Amino acid sequence: MNTIYLDNNASTRVAPEALDAMLPFLRESYGNPSSMHTFGGCLHRDVEAARARVAALINAEPDEIIFTSCGTESDNAALMSGIETRPHRRHVITTRVEHPAVLNFARHLGRKGYRATFIPVDSLGRFDMDAFMGSLDDDTAVVSVMYANNETGVIFPIEAIGAACRERGILFHTDAVQAVGKIPVDVKKLPVDMMSLSGHKIHAPKGVGALYARKGTRFAPYIIGGHQERGRRAGTENVAGIAAFGKACELAAAHVGDAASVARLRDRLETALIAKCPSPRVNGDTAHRLPNTTNISFEYIEGEAILLRMNEFGICASSGSACTSGSLEPSHVLRAMGIPFTAIHGSVRFSLSGYTTEGEIDRVIELLPPIIRELRELSPYGR
Amino acid sequence: MWEYTDKVKDLFLNPRNVGVIEDADAVGEVGSIACGDALKLFLSIDKETGRILDAKFQTFGCASAIASSSALTELIKGKTLDEALTVTNRDIAESLGGLPREKMHCSVMGREALEAAIANYRGEMPAQGAGGRVVCQCFDVTEDTIRKVALENRLTTVEEITNFTKAGGGCGGCLPEIGEILRDLWATTPPLMVEPKPKKLTNLRKIALIQDVMETEIRPRLQADGGDIELIDIDGNRVIVGLRAMCAGCHMAGLTVDAIQSKLREIVSPDITIEAQ
Repeated sequence: MNTIYLDNNASTRVAPEALDAMLPFLRESYGNPSSMHTFGGCLHRDVEAARARVAALINAEPDEIIFTSCGTESDNAALMSGIETRPHRRHVITTRVEHPAVLNFARHLGRKGYRATFIPVDSLGRFDMDAFMGSLDDDTAVVSVMYANNETGVIFPIEAIGAACRERGILFHTDAVQAVGKIPVDVKKLPVDMMSLSGHKIHAPKGVGALYARKGTRFAPYIIGGHQERGRRAGTENVAGIAAFGKACELAAAHVGDAASVARLRDRLETALIAKCPSPRVNGDTAHRLPNTTNISFEYIEGEAILLRMNEFGICASSGSACTSGSLEPSHVLRAMGIPFTAIHGSVRFSLSGYTTEGEIDRVIELLPPIIRELRELSPYGR
Repeated sequence: MWEYTDKVKDLFLNPRNVGVIEDADAVGEVGSIACGDALKLFLSIDKETGRILDAKFQTFGCASAIASSSALTELIKGKTLDEALTVTNRDIAESLGGLPREKMHCSVMGREALEAAIANYRGEMPAQGAGGRVVCQCFDVTEDTIRKVALENRLTTVEEITNFTKAGGGCGGCLPEIGEILRDLWATTPPLMVEPKPKKLTNLRKIALIQDVMETEIRPRLQADGGDIELIDIDGNRVIVGLRAMCAGCHMAGLTVDAIQSKLREIVSPDITIEAQ
């Protein structure tokens, strides 16, 4: 059975070119880039080459890129740096729909005596700008707002948010792990101080990420130890992962024009499922979202059941239902949007990539509607 | 990803007895869309013998909810109502070859639907919801339900209660209260769930066990609060300790010693007494 992988916001396949780029560092080139001997020391050049490629994807300078272990580490490091470099400020602002890497870190700060404000979204998952402006004050140290939401794909007004922060000397961080590689991101045009990137969301392997920190932004390291990453992130470099990440960024930069064809497949899937399934609804602002993501609710049935029925055909997606969230509560994102319970439990997120084919999409269009119908037959509701 | 048994997968992919009995003699409905799962059970009952002639179901829920519903109908068909009422949620789970701990509430939902259907047939008020105060507002779980499920399944921890009833799995606000209910339940209920009494420990084993509990359970907790304790001597069941660091001279020292004593009584022997020097 062939796998039809439509869960690219969760993780992506490693690009063959990225795999090739990392293998030498897992085989013969195993030295430490910090070493004095050529065997290890020369790997420094490979790390710097990768840094230049990552920087180029978001139009940053290479020394504005700090390699980390993942998006979560980048997020934690950014928030921590923001409050450590502004010790007299005790307020952080984020959103109710953030990834747990930011959301739970902000809650953690809340328990440590900081004030944490969580900005709401509307029923289309759009950022509440008025609430945000009203929450800014002289005490605010950090604002962290995701570039695009992982569940709905909705893109936030990063430019306006950043401008408001800049005026007030507040550190502005954006978690851009879902946006980078899917839409053009240019830090030279955005008032962003820090930005998180993740390798495995853009066809590099898991275990590598990056934090962009604008030149001149005060920085307090989160992981303390050796002098690696110019003292901003200690720990021996994940050279293989970094090399693959660099390659993946180069590929992403070359393929950024493919977004339109990914969006066309996404729209084809969405349109067909809406036409062929009973009482569907698309969650999120379809006018401002990532080209690869659609979040569709099938009312009166439950997401885990849909996923496991699709799993029988090798179709991979994810759901915001309670049974799949690892807790008994459904998706915090869909709840923040006020999606009714009839729809929230039956939500399915499809996230495509440049590797998704038309044939795969057609197969899902053929296989999913009967699954939805059968599960509705089983359900006591909605007839 | 959940580890489901083949039986769960089979009954999820090919559920038996799905549907509605149009002129059902009994209908039981539990759960709600808000909670994320719901089950509607239809029974056709022989009025003379009280035997369940047919059972069908409709379920809104995850794979294990669908499989549990299907298993329930298979278990009760052909039984008299009184026989059916002896089917417990554990029977449902066992007939599925087991359920993940976090999914045990699906089997409880099956049992509740059965009770509701039979109560409906007998013209009684359904037990569910009618009895007791609502403890968990998020999932509408009553104190009676928590006590009943805890007794039937011998549950002693709050986490188990959440797995089996969902109570406390939402906002978490009722978790302390569930703890209180459990403490009360197991304090007043005959110890039917207590393990057979352990064999008497030899002195050597007892000393080793006490040292182990002190090192792994007690000292790390005290140290986390800046305190510490030293084991000075063990004389039969008398354990002599010295309070150190922040514990020495702390006005809560009496409580600390009591807590250590009950921990050692629980794990080592009920006859332990602690003396602080």
